[in-house]
Amino acid sequence: MSDKKSLMQWIMDTQIWKSVFRHDFEDTPANRGKVIRSNVFLHLHPLRIPPHAMKIRFTWCMGGITFFAFLVECVTGILLMFYYHPVIEYAYLDMKYLQFDVPFGQILRNIHRWGAHLMVLSVMLHMLRVFLTGSYKPPREFNWVVGVLLLTLTLLMSFTGYLLPWDQLAYWAITVGTNMGAATPFIGVEGPFSMVDKFTDVRFVLLGGTTVGANALLRFYVAHVIAIPAIVFVGVAIHFWRIRKDGGISRPL
Amino acid sequence: MTTETESTAGPSQCPGGCSGPDMSESRRSLMRGLGWGAFFTTLALSLAGSLRFFFPRVLFEPPTTFKIGTVKDYPAGSADKHGVISVSEQFMESQRVWIVRESDKLYAIFGKCTHLGCTPKWFADERQFKCPCHGSQYYSNGVNFAGPAPRPMDRYGISRMEDGRIVVDKSKLYTVNDFEDPDCFLQA
Repeated sequence: MSDKKSLMQWIMDTQIWKSVFRHDFEDTPANRGKVIRSNVFLHLHPLRIPPHAMKIRFTWCMGGITFFAFLVECVTGILLMFYYHPVIEYAYLDMKYLQFDVPFGQILRNIHRWGAHLMVLSVMLHMLRVFLTGSYKPPREFNWVVGVLLLTLTLLMSFTGYLLPWDQLAYWAITVGTNMGAATPFIGVEGPFSMVDKFTDVRFVLLGGTTVGANALLRFYVAHVIAIPAIVFVGVAIHFWRIRKDGGISRPL
Repeated sequence: MTTETESTAGPSQCPGGCSGPDMSESRRSLMRGLGWGAFFTTLALSLAGSLRFFFPRVLFEPPTTFKIGTVKDYPAGSADKHGVISVSEQFMESQRVWIVRESDKLYAIFGKCTHLGCTPKWFADERQFKCPCHGSQYYSNGVNFAGPAPRPMDRYGISRMEDGRIVVDKSKLYTVNDFEDPDCFLQA
């Protein structure tokens, strides 16, 4: 026992350990603060959590569940990328291959799919909670705006992921969705005050062409797996950090 | 003059009450303007270039036009009560298009029900198109007369090449109000 303890002590006395952890573990308010402050991940989080913030009936933990779902999507999504090719010849077959032959592929894909549904649902309920508790009021207006951006990005991740199985549902959903884009004012070919033709409008940029084809599949894949998640990661960091800067989770009314 | 102001470190360098400080200030603002101008020009051009990147020059999409032969391939004959002589199904499976011959014209019907987009079926003996999804029915000229379809089936652009062959252009779609457009039918 004492050997083990002294070994741990020896490790904690090394320069490597000290260069990473700038605090010891005695339970004092100063150390508690240091633990948070000296950790890049924890310091996004409020320094202290007041008791009211732990009340599930006040927060519903919907933001936390959304974040959890996002992490689940990242992990399962990266795993799916090991088997999925974003090209027309393989996309649908890879989806079927994942479901029928890849070890644990079926549950992997299902977790990714249901996690996506959960994330959309929980992010909306989170917004509802924030609205009902008045947590968007000053000084939290900016964080509400960041949250609306994150909601939009969540829906975009859902939309771009929808095309990737490359089945009939996917193909026509994205056909309809991007045709709606063509109705955008000014920058859509069929929209009011249109200033573009069908080779220069916003639909063309989204699809990389005039129809849902190979370019569209690749573009949606890139947006789905890196472009949008990268922005979401930054947005989530700002969102969390801003909670801390705005004085922690809002008080119950 | 230039070297004078350049070496000016303070008012003492310009004792004769020359316009040194003013000159220095105007030159500094000029240089500042040039610097920022170059910076923002570079930025704007980079952004424009980045935007251009997302518009591919070459598209590997299936062609929107296809050739259907000459008028001789759609011979005249007796017309039904809607003026239609023949409905060709030759390009239905490959292009989803019916070529319809009337006594004085030829046009290409896009085989898509105007209700919800299913593909109707041609019944030659009844001289009707019928949609299997919700029972819409069309005359041989593509005009709806029963079921939920809100308007006649749309038609594609059609034109004649110099050698007499006929080309259907699927990128040009005409709804019922534009059926009189000269690109929507061919004088036979």
